[in-house]
Amino acid sequence: MQLFSCPFCGPRDETEFLFAAEAGKTRPEPAADVSAERWSEYLYLGGNPRGATREIWQHLTCGEFFAMERDTVTHVVSVSHSLRGEEA
Amino acid sequence: MAKRYSAFGLFREGLRGHSGWQPAWRSPSPKPRYDAIIIGGGGQGLATAYYLAKNHGMTNVAVLEKSWLGGGNTGRNTTTIRSNYFYPESVALYDFALKLYEGLSRELNYNIMLSQRGVVTVSHSDAEMEMAARLVNAMQINGTDAELLDRDGVLAKAPLLNRTDQARYPIFGGTWQGRAGVARHDAVAWGYARAADGFGVDIIQNCEVTGFLIESGRCVGVETSLGEIRADATGLAVAGHSGVLAAKAGFQLPIRSYSLQAMVSEPVKPCLDTVVLYLGTGTYLFQSDKGEIVVGGGLDRVPSYAQRGNPPMQQTVISGMLEMFPSFGQLKMLRQWAGIVDVVPDSSPIIGPSPLPGLYLNCGWGTGGFKSIPAGGWLLAHLMVTGEHHEISRPFDLDRFVTGRLVDEAAGSGIAH
Repeated sequence: MQLFSCPFCGPRDETEFLFAAEAGKTRPEPAADVSAERWSEYLYLGGNPRGATREIWQHLTCGEFFAMERDTVTHVVSVSHSLRGEEA
Repeated sequence: MAKRYSAFGLFREGLRGHSGWQPAWRSPSPKPRYDAIIIGGGGQGLATAYYLAKNHGMTNVAVLEKSWLGGGNTGRNTTTIRSNYFYPESVALYDFALKLYEGLSRELNYNIMLSQRGVVTVSHSDAEMEMAARLVNAMQINGTDAELLDRDGVLAKAPLLNRTDQARYPIFGGTWQGRAGVARHDAVAWGYARAADGFGVDIIQNCEVTGFLIESGRCVGVETSLGEIRADATGLAVAGHSGVLAAKAGFQLPIRSYSLQAMVSEPVKPCLDTVVLYLGTGTYLFQSDKGEIVVGGGLDRVPSYAQRGNPPMQQTVISGMLEMFPSFGQLKMLRQWAGIVDVVPDSSPIIGPSPLPGLYLNCGWGTGGFKSIPAGGWLLAHLMVTGEHHEISRPFDLDRFVTGRLVDEAAGSGIAH
């Protein structure tokens, strides 16, 4: 069992967490001006990196979304931090 | 062409101390130029090479594999072949694969040990039985075999299932596809490799693609650890590593890579002659020809390129097995492993041109790549030669993520991938 660190609750079992998205995506606005291609890109496309990555996760127990930087090969987590007051 | 395999040949070699066997395929150095190259020497890539040669007469072809043949997901999956899907597009695709599998040993002159022992998917409530009936009806309308089983029907297929009143997931009935089954996974890769090599296809192992040659906005070949290799058409069949190669080609895909685990027990005497899946536990299992119980389940929930898997999912899968077959509590597990699967939002594959002209995609099979090897290879070959979709692959083009015409099998048939 790997431990992930919630910025609010501290280290918890990996089963308490849900992967949400890759970090760095911004919802295109206003909706009326967004093409189908651009919307599809926002909804579905991703870098799916092998190695270092920055992702948005949710701690299901407390409900908070936060950013986590980790490696997708070694599973080592370098840092996780709160998203409050900043852009994802 | 390699020597034809036969019962007589086996008998003769037995008398000669097996001294006359030849390698099943050559190990050539890459030529500087081919008509077509395929990245990925798993089942999908090797099948593509075979059908390029057989269906289209294109034999100046290379398969580039960064490691050894069939060492990725082809050698790591749990070998189940089935076409019990909901949507007509999916049944057309997976049943095409199943039909090709049914004739494959004879066609390739290589015993892939196809065993059509059937798959039973067990339902645990009246509501799930209604969904099971819906799926069976859809499958029959779409032209593949399916049957709705009641409780006694399920227990007749797998008598060791948990039939007690205390069962957490009681057996109400289930769906049955009798033509489904299992095959020897390595043999599928080796059989296609040998047959493709027989047509003159170069199979090049330990050759990693490090980049793409792009001229005037078109893919004209690849850079590899063995130098540049040029080709008119390039096919990509690298499953969980599709995103890595896409990044080198300058585009992104609607794919996320996850670990999918499996494990086997010690071999025991025959006790299970079908493939069983519980909707409630998500665990499925069957008994291999050697007697091992082969067990699999859902994806690890952490996006990953680590081919090993995390303990929580092992716990889920094993506890599911014990719920289904309490007597298996005495089994010792021998091995556990994982492959990296390419999961798409609608749980259907991506077959079609990539955003880079000259490069064609065969990916996004998720947990279902092995069962679709013959179809995936056939369709990618068609695409690479003609530049146009085969009618079966058309619904699975990348453009569905823009048009919104998804083929959502996670919702349709309740599959895990």
